[in-house]
Parts: sequence; C-alpha cells; structure tokens
Amino acid sequence: MRCGDFKETYIKDEEIFQSLFVKFWLGLFFIFLLVFPFIANAYMLYVANMIGFAIIAAVGLNLLTGFTGQISLGHAAFVGVGAYTSAILVTRLGFSFWLSIPCAGLVAALAGMIIGIPSLRVKGLYLCIATLAAQFIFEFIFIHWESMTNGITGINIPCPGIGGFEFVTEKSFYWITLFFVVLGVGYARNLIRSRMGRAFVAIRDRDLSAEIIGINLFRYKLSAFAISSFYAGVAGALWVTFLKVVTPDHFPFILSIHYLAMIIVGGLGSILGSIFGAIFMTLVPEILNYLSEIVKMSAPGYEEIFVPMKEVIFGVLIVLFLVFEPRGLAELWNRIKNFFRLWPFSY
Amino acid sequence: MQMEDNKQYQLRLEDIHLSFGGLQALNGVSTGVRKGEIFSIIGPNGAGKTCLLNCINRFYHPEKGSVILEGRDISRIKPHKIAALGIARTFQNVELFGHMSVLDNIKLGAHVHLKSGSLSGGIYYGKSRREEIDLRSHIEAKIVDLLEIEHIRKSVVHSLPYGLQKRVELARALAMRPRILLLDEPATGMNLEETEDMARFILDINEEWGVTIVLIEHDMGVVMDISDRICVLDFGQKIAEGKPDEIRHNEQVIKAYLGEEDITYSRLGA
Repeated sequence: MRCGDFKETYIKDEEIFQSLFVKFWLGLFFIFLLVFPFIANAYMLYVANMIGFAIIAAVGLNLLTGFTGQISLGHAAFVGVGAYTSAILVTRLGFSFWLSIPCAGLVAALAGMIIGIPSLRVKGLYLCIATLAAQFIFEFIFIHWESMTNGITGINIPCPGIGGFEFVTEKSFYWITLFFVVLGVGYARNLIRSRMGRAFVAIRDRDLSAEIIGINLFRYKLSAFAISSFYAGVAGALWVTFLKVVTPDHFPFILSIHYLAMIIVGGLGSILGSIFGAIFMTLVPEILNYLSEIVKMSAPGYEEIFVPMKEVIFGVLIVLFLVFEPRGLAELWNRIKNFFRLWPFSY
Repeated sequence: MQMEDNKQYQLRLEDIHLSFGGLQALNGVSTGVRKGEIFSIIGPNGAGKTCLLNCINRFYHPEKGSVILEGRDISRIKPHKIAALGIARTFQNVELFGHMSVLDNIKLGAHVHLKSGSLSGGIYYGKSRREEIDLRSHIEAKIVDLLEIEHIRKSVVHSLPYGLQKRVELARALAMRPRILLLDEPATGMNLEETEDMARFILDINEEWGVTIVLIEHDMGVVMDISDRICVLDFGQKIAEGKPDEIRHNEQVIKAYLGEEDITYSRLGA
C-alpha cells in the first residue's frame, strides 16, 4: 500500500484506479492515444490498429484461459467465425458494419459455447486437444463451404461508413479500433471484479469448492467460452474490415498459438497483462523488421544472416521473458511500480 | 415419542450406504441434527466422518438412504444447488482459492446471494455496483470483525499461515449466510491458542447467528466442551450417539478408540 493512502469509504476502496497519481497518468496516456493519429504516419497507425485487434482478442482469451483456467487452442477459429460472420452479413445481407460487429460477436460466442461443452467433462491438456479440434473444424469450414465463404479466394469487404463519412484510411479506422479496445478492456476489467469474474477465478483455482459455494460449473465454464469467443469475434470482424478482405489464410493454427503466447508473455489472469502481451507480440516483430532494414542499408551482405535471425531473436526474447518473469510482463510492471512506490526510501 | 423427535430434526440422515468398490465406507448410518445445536461427529481415522459430510454436500452419491433437510429430501439435488439451501462447509485440507485475496475469497462465499450477471457485472454501474459495495460492508461489519481478520483482508490467501487460512475458510462459509454449517476438522494443525480461538468462533457463530453446526474434530477437548450432542462412527457404522458425558463413558466408544485390551487402563478423557 502506498504510504499515507487511506480510504474512508468502501466505494473508494473498491475502485480500479486507486489514487490520483494513477488517474493522472492514465488521463495523460489517454490524451496521448487521442493525439497519436495526428502525429503518426500511416505505417505506425497500421501497427497501432493491429495492436488494437490483438488486444481485444487477447483480453478475450485471457478471460477464458487466464481467469477461468480453460486452455484454448482454438481462439483463432473464433476470430475467424466473427470475421466471416461480419463479412457475410455486410456483403450478402446488406447489414451495416456497426450492426455486423455485435452479430459477429454473438455468432462467435455461440460457436464458442458449442466448443466449450466438453469442458464440463475434460480438463487441462485434454480440453486443450478438444479446442484444437475446433480450430481444424472451422478452418475446414472456411475453406470448403464455398457457397458461403468463397473458399480460398475469400470475400472482399466494403469500407464501413457513418453518415457520409467512410473509414478508408488507417487513421480513420484507428478511432473505431480505439473505441472497441476501450470498451472491451473496460468491460473485462469490471467483469473480473464482480460476481461472475470471481466465479471464473474460483473455477480456475479450485473447482471443488467453487461448487460448494454454489457456482454452477457448467454454466460458468460455458459463459467463459461465450464471452471469450465474443471478444474473438469482434476482434476478427474489425480486423478483416480493416484489411478489406477475408480469406481462410488469416486464421491458421499458428495464430491461436500466437494469442496464447500473448497472454502467457503478458501475464495469465491479468487484463493489463493481455494488453502488454498483445503489444509485445505485435510490436517486436515489427521492430525486428525495422532493424533488419537498417542492417540491409548499413551493412549490405549481412542481411542474409540477420533476416532469418529475426525469428530466432523473437523466440529468444520470449524465452528470456518467461525465464526471468514467468508471471508475465504484468508482474514485471507491478514490480517496477512497487519499487518506485517507496523509492528512494525503501526501508 | 420417536415421531416427535424426528420433527425436531433440521437435518436428518436415513440409512446411508456408501461404498467404493469393495470398501463399505458407510454402512447404514442414520442420525439427525437438531436446529441450533452443535453436533459433533467423531471416530477413528477412516471411520467415514468426512464421507458423511460429503453425502450431505452431494459430492458423494450414497447407494441407499436419503438426506432430509427440513422435511425435504435433498439427496437428488445437484451439488451447486446445496449452497442456496443454506448448507455451507469448510474442508479438512483448506480448499480456498489460493491466488485471490482474502476479501475476494469471502465475497465468493456470497455468490448465491448476488444477482449481477455477465452484462451488469461488466458495466459495473448502478445496481451491480451498489450490490458489490453492500456486500463489502456486510462482510467487513459481520464477518471480518467477528473472525478478527482485519489485518489480512487484502493479502493473497496462499501466502498466509495455515491457521489463518482455516479462519478465512470459515469466513467464506459464513458469507454464504448458512443455516447449517459443516466444519471438517477446523482445529487440525493449530496450536493451543488458535484452537481456543476457533472454538470461541464456533460458539459465537452458533449463538449469535443461530447457525446449526455439524462438527468433525479429533481434538477431544474441543468436542467434549462445545458439543451439545455427539455421534460416534467406526468402520462406517454408528456406534453411539448422545450427550458428551454419555459418550465419554460409553464402553463401545472407548473400545473403538483404544482397542480391547486398553480399556482397563484408561477411560476416554475421564
């Protein structure tokens, strides 16, 4: 606890952002997010959008895997379900983009609930394999249900608009992404400090006593799957609308692993961790790309070594993080915060 | 007379049979707990005490027999619905949610009394926010204060010493606002002072809250001091039931605890 930081009401004590100091920095960060599109170039905004989609999907996966303890290897499939739902609704049924987003979430949530049914009986690695099956089933459907998904050629998606304004550029789409990220993160953060979120963690920590205190395991596990897939669906719909095209190649198995890596690197069971993880896993490859460009320019001939090294460096970075901070970037962040809390008089 | 007696029972177990493979864990146990009393179940290790609680909780499904709560047969109800009927419990080995704070653990106990769902919980405004704050003040005023755990309420549970964890588990059970509280060895592994505290808490809960208590305990001092009635199990069978004084001098009980030959040397606690 921060020195001299005493609460007088329980309302104050239950707040997410506990002190004026935190609120101040958060406000400053938010202003930065609002100013960012005006100072960044198109490429940076592209990366920012990708980070945004990754955050939404990672927060969803963290609710399921980090908080409820149900490992899922099929998250990319639910992202795909949302993406295709939105694309099909917009192109075939003439839905507006805005309406297609919640629909994409709902359809993905339904898919998630169906895939989550085995979770009542199987746990841990066994459930992991069951969700892996979902990944392959949905990949198969995306490719082979040609009348609906156009197979491997994919579907072209029109730009979303509101009034007469069209969100064509990275800059304009940034506002949509930011809106959904803030909404999604805020909702998740609130959820985990209320009744349902506590039930999720209870199931993760000890399902036996969760049942004793009256938590219906099946219902809550399915809810976790549904909410997690809802996030995935929304992320998918936003992502492919941003790319203006959806093909089955967008949702390979490796993407599921990638999402899992995000929440593990970021911190399981932490909303902040999913944000850090999503940023890390999206940004670091881009930075390495940038570095390899520099190598190409400054030391021609060496790029043949460095370019493949990129993957290796990325892998080594992840391993190092897990070795030195197995509980993720969020824990690292907490440690730094705690250090400065009492700094420079730490005793 | 027998009929009248049955009516007084808040919780009644009738002819419970439970076996694991060839092992007969409970062999036709019948007993009853009266409203507002402290009812202890004792017996040597492996006598089936915890099995009996698990049957009440619906963790185990007895092959034969029924569990009747206030005139209603609950032996076919799903485990997670038992909490809503007002039966709370603690475990022999602490079964807390280790990665959560003490407060969150206690809040979880009140799960069935809260209403917010996925949507209102995520918005956390208005009703669901008020519900959380009310819950918090209820817990602080009634439970944290009673069990004297103010100093650890923000700590993560798995970092706490065993004795305190047991107390937190009791706090979580209290947050369920139970009518019947099943305590499985609440004083195991505690030093004398902690044991005395625990006995005091049990008496407080029983008297102030009017909660019926079913207690399993090996510490005979505690059992004999605070129980209204005691039921003795041995090898899955009830061998005696009655007031502490009757149990103390019951030949069969002494035999079960000390073996045949030792009877001449000693009497249980007497």
